Amino acid sequence: MTDATATKPAAQPKTPLLELRGVSKSFGAVRALTDVDFEVGPGEVVALVGDNGAGKSTLIKAISGIQPGDRYTARFEGNDVNLNTPQDATSLGIATVYQDLALADNLDVVENLFLGSEISGPGGELGLLDETRMEHKALDLLSQLAVTTIRNVRTEVGSLSGGQRQSVSIARSLLGEPKIVMLDEPTAALGVAQTRQVLDLITRLRERGLGVVVISHNLADVFEVADRIIVLRLGQRVATFDRETSTPDQVVAAITGASSNGQKGGQR
Amino acid sequence: MSDTATKAPPPPETPDPTTEAGERPEFSLGAALRGLAEGELGSLRVILGIALVWIIFQTQNSNFLTALNLTNLMLQVVAVGLVSVGVVLVLLLGEIDLSIGSVSGLCAAIMAVLNIKHGWAPVPAVVAAIIAGGIIGAFQGFFVNFFKIPSFVVTLAGLIGWQGLQLQVLGDTGTINLQSGFIVDLTSKFFSSATGWILGIVAIAAYVGSALWRRRRRVAAGLGVEDFFAFAFRAVLVAIAVVVSIYVLNQDRGLPYAVLIFIGFVWVFAFITTRTRFGRHMYAVGGNAEAARRAGINVTRVRMVVFVLSSGMAAIGGIMAASRLLAVNQSSGGSDFLLLAIAGPVVAGTSLFGGRGTVWSALLGAILIGSISNGMDLLALSSAVKFMITGGVLLAAVTIDSATRLRRQSVRRA
Ligand SMILES: Nc1ncnc2c1ncn2[C@@H]1O[C@H](COP(=O)(O)OP(=O)(O)OP(=O)(O)O)[C@@H](O)[C@H]1O
Ligand SMILES: [Mg+2]
Repeated sequence: MTDATATKPAAQPKTPLLELRGVSKSFGAVRALTDVDFEVGPGEVVALVGDNGAGKSTLIKAISGIQPGDRYTARFEGNDVNLNTPQDATSLGIATVYQDLALADNLDVVENLFLGSEISGPGGELGLLDETRMEHKALDLLSQLAVTTIRNVRTEVGSLSGGQRQSVSIARSLLGEPKIVMLDEPTAALGVAQTRQVLDLITRLRERGLGVVVISHNLADVFEVADRIIVLRLGQRVATFDRETSTPDQVVAAITGASSNGQKGGQR
Repeated sequence: MSDTATKAPPPPETPDPTTEAGERPEFSLGAALRGLAEGELGSLRVILGIALVWIIFQTQNSNFLTALNLTNLMLQVVAVGLVSVGVVLVLLLGEIDLSIGSVSGLCAAIMAVLNIKHGWAPVPAVVAAIIAGGIIGAFQGFFVNFFKIPSFVVTLAGLIGWQGLQLQVLGDTGTINLQSGFIVDLTSKFFSSATGWILGIVAIAAYVGSALWRRRRRVAAGLGVEDFFAFAFRAVLVAIAVVVSIYVLNQDRGLPYAVLIFIGFVWVFAFITTRTRFGRHMYAVGGNAEAARRAGINVTRVRMVVFVLSSGMAAIGGIMAASRLLAVNQSSGGSDFLLLAIAGPVVAGTSLFGGRGTVWSALLGAILIGSISNGMDLLALSSAVKFMITGGVLLAAVTIDSATRLRRQSVRRA
């Protein structure tokens, strides 16, 4: 069976920020997730890996509340919580960067960063936008994240490169001051230099003490940024690795199921 | 707020090799010309277009650039221009409203019937007609939103259906003549010279004042601002345009009420679209509806409100058209009214693909299209020629719009 406390590396959180037990999710006859445990601590990067259809995106969606699990228990900072709606997750401080970027190409960087949470004067929908403060905060945020590749925050997002757009998406998820950021395949379709930017950004999120969950198919990237690697296969959590004490080959074996039992033993 | 990073991102003295796109070249004539061609400086392009059209017609007929003709030109474009204001809002969402012509005719008919046949006072009749327009917009917006029918189809059904209702409302007579009074005054009264000048000066002061205020705030926040020379240049251009307009209108009968109403609506909606949350959400929905939804924007409500505004503006345009014609008849809002109302903003740079454009394009586009048709009337060209030329101008504008969009996409792919 799945072993949630498989590893005892230094990176294992003392009290996990978020802890899920027994997440199950079915789509009709398809059991996308079976009794999956999951945990992420502050200042920790957890990589979620597995073959296509293993259930990675489904797990992220269960946590973010857009497709809640059929059965689960969740604890956030030690308290029992619900993750049944996107609002539940957002109010706890869980932000998600989806694989298909949710940016409006015709708006500039500042406008995209604050979309839906604009700073404005009184008057509700007709409240006057405070462009000065938004631009100031945007510059602030980007410089904290050391995003130097975006020179003009009034550039339309449509004219940015993939890496720059991904940076905007990630920065956007940080505006609500979340405690956990989840990224679904943030480096897919990016070139070498742009992947670099995104990985650096993930490292910076960890330095800020955030819990980070990353889905990736690229094990080189995973081994570069992750503290712990959780392997899903056919909707089950089959292994957990500590980056320091494991090799990509071991992870590949767990993903493909070649020797998942051996791996689990080895990790204990 | 934290005090770090009070200035713009690192100055680009040394080109950063990791920057693949989004580079802003320094100002250059070449870049400006390219911007012009690509529609980024859309309003400048259309102003040059208007200047060109005026020069051409003036050389053909020296009556074109007279105070009398220019005043008539403005009165002619008000009705279509007001409808275009609503069209811009719909186009910004990436939708289309083909029912605006029929709705303008129907609402004008409702106003006339209430006012003339039922003896309502003019103001309640006008208000009732505008509300009727809003209800029609809500009805169409409902079908677009909740049955996910393309707005093209819903409003095409509206185009036919509302025209039928217009015939029904007008009844056997088919034509209702308006009596002199408030409704007719809307397009036949003028401000005195002095009032015209005061309004002009207030407009200039408001423009310069708010621009200066925003500039001050940016400086205070340590953000980059536009070169002061460019800023002053633009302010002076606006001031000259206002002063010249008032001067010319005062040479004839003065500033028409109708023109003030038109510019007032344009200004209000330009303000809403560019300076308020709701306006920002409109652009977001037009650019990427899914992104807007995920950002927590109520996309359905934005669409609903915009369809209501579109039909409401169509009603207002229809009322102004009736006021000018002194009557409402079966062909009110018919013929090329719809197409001209859509052509104006598109010619002036509002994209048919959503998310790009400004409400000012309703004003500039109406003037450009209106100038062409006014000039062709002066030259006594036949309807055949007029239609073909108007069609050609529209095709050219849409081609520029599409070419710009394709270019933008290819830049992104690269
Ligand atoms: N909305 C849905 N309806 C029906 N089945 C679904 C749905 N979403 C996911 N599934 C199924 O659940 C399983 C897990 O899918 P999921 O998207 O989580 O995989 P993944 O690990 O993210 O794969 P990939 O690496 O390809 O993104 C798959 O068998 C998939 O077909
Ligand atoms: Mg996936």
